[in-house]
Amino acid sequence: MGKAIVITSGKGGVGKTTTTANIGTGLAMLGYKTVVVDTDIGLRNLDVVMGLENRIVYDIVDVVEKTCRLKQGLIRDKRHEGLYLLAAAQTKDKTAVKPEQMVELIDELKKEFEYIIIDSPAGIEQGFQNSIAGADEAYIVTTPEISAVRDADRVIGLLEAKGLSNPKLIINRIRQDMVKKGDMMNVDDIIDILAIELLGVIPDDEAIVISTNKGEPVVTEENPLSAKAFRNICRRITGEKVEWLNLENGESKFSKLIKLLFSK
Amino acid sequence: MDLFKFFGRSNEKSKNLAKERLKLVLIHDRSDLSPKFLEMIKGDMIRVVKEYAEIDHEGLDIRLTRMKRESDGVPISALVANIPITKVKSHK
Repeated sequence: MGKAIVITSGKGGVGKTTTTANIGTGLAMLGYKTVVVDTDIGLRNLDVVMGLENRIVYDIVDVVEKTCRLKQGLIRDKRHEGLYLLAAAQTKDKTAVKPEQMVELIDELKKEFEYIIIDSPAGIEQGFQNSIAGADEAYIVTTPEISAVRDADRVIGLLEAKGLSNPKLIINRIRQDMVKKGDMMNVDDIIDILAIELLGVIPDDEAIVISTNKGEPVVTEENPLSAKAFRNICRRITGEKVEWLNLENGESKFSKLIKLLFSK
Repeated sequence: MDLFKFFGRSNEKSKNLAKERLKLVLIHDRSDLSPKFLEMIKGDMIRVVKEYAEIDHEGLDIRLTRMKRESDGVPISALVANIPITKVKSHK
């Protein structure tokens, strides 16, 4: 039986979809059979972040309404062995899927896959309720902003009320230069407030924008610091103990100097 | 030279402001107690304490906060009452 993990945040735009795509791809790269599920009906995006937008025939609504078989709804990512996507419906309404149907769907997927990574929509309405319905665990994505942390706190409370206690935290878009100046809350500040376990910290990284443009999650690249951070998160998910990444040592001063000299 | 920084504005780091504001807003977000309900509790608490002691109304502070439970460290909402007593009434 596989494990179903929902990636959620409350606030929109903090990087849920990017995180889902990278964790899903990263787990597949570690050799685990993984499916990423987009539950943001009406605003689907996981397909474009994964670079699989041209391959969609059926979607999650087709699967729960049994217009197609589950296997037909799953899109195989040819670049990575064992990686699949179940896309959200784009033209239907958020109420097209009910929580009971989600539980049934996730249970089916758990028979086939080792990891089911569920991308949750922003907000706390039905779409959110659907996304957490079949999950065994929840990961909260936040950024170091007041609004994102506040919403994360609210979502933690809602998850606990639904029996998903002990969610884990992913802090996205940390800017070490601003943290150093005291102009951005640091990891400890956020943990102090939310009081939940930290799963990983992703630095704000241009490489993510570039890789998203290409439709290839950054985790597949060797060098970017954000890619290393995502790989570490994946290893932690599988139970490995991984040291915290030093977000400053992504690039030494020397290599920055070399780059500067040659970029002219 | 940045004169603002030199003259002490720098010790007001903007992240500390963010953290303080966040903490305050979360206390209210986290409780299902309406402000009206909280006022009612306050009134009753003061009334009860007043039967036994004189209290300093200026220094009175009753509010909802969040703290870790001592036994297992799980965060919980707590009603914290700070009621300064100026004089204990004599027992009859």
